Amino acid sequence: MNLEINVTEHPDIILVQLSGEIDAYTAPQLKDKLIPLTNRKGVRIEVDLENVNYMDSTGLGVFISALKSSKENGSKITLFNLKDRVQRLFKITGLHQLIDINLDERGVNN
Amino acid sequence: MDTFDFIEMKVPAKEEYVGVVRLSISGIANRMGFTYEDIEDLKVAVSEAVTNAVTHAYEVNENGEVTLGFAIYKDRLEVMVADHGGSFNLQEVKKNIGPYENDRSIDELREGGFGLFLMQALMDKVEINNDSGVIVLMTKFIEEIGVELDDDHVSTTQ
Repeated sequence: MNLEINVTEHPDIILVQLSGEIDAYTAPQLKDKLIPLTNRKGVRIEVDLENVNYMDSTGLGVFISALKSSKENGSKITLFNLKDRVQRLFKITGLHQLIDINLDERGVNN
Repeated sequence: MDTFDFIEMKVPAKEEYVGVVRLSISGIANRMGFTYEDIEDLKVAVSEAVTNAVTHAYEVNENGEVTLGFAIYKDRLEVMVADHGGSFNLQEVKKNIGPYENDRSIDELREGGFGLFLMQALMDKVEINNDSGVIVLMTKFIEEIGVELDDDHVSTTQ
């Protein structure tokens, strides 16, 4: 019931790999890592959710904050490798219209 | 007469116990024969209710508890989630729920705005009682007997 957050910097992107569950307990940790990255003007952040097997509205909240922050600071954030269950939450809430979700296998060229 | 088994559970009103409740609901729903999809829905809906209770209870009293009740019927599961803090403004909360729509700007979105909406979307019935503390009562039918998903609504007893 924990979340592992792995951030690696590549020449043109910052890759954030998540593994575990995003809920009320782990969402603040994710927010603390993600928001400072979105503050960096011009960066492209790609968030890999392949190993996220649970997420609820607390996770949606973090991604809403990250999106707001990226728009304010001129960075870009994309989510990819979402499991069906996680993707479903974005669809039910309509947030898939707002947040850049890459439905392909990988959003990164490596 | 509709008979049921009842399980009661109390957890400290702290974020780290939301996952513990999730494991419990998963076990109960699995034993009742819910599908994988429905179990995942129940996990999210119950987590949302507990998260709300934890957040709310914390504002009132740091050492609060959240009480859960699971009523196990042949055809459905009823989950009660209660905190014992003060009441909240239900009309205000209801005004702010719903999916994101195209014409709304991102600035209007609140971080915590989707919890109650998800409960409604994922359960067959959600009732909120706001008399003393907040009690959420949610029902999910096995195999969707009874209520269609589209009929979701929140009813209130004040």
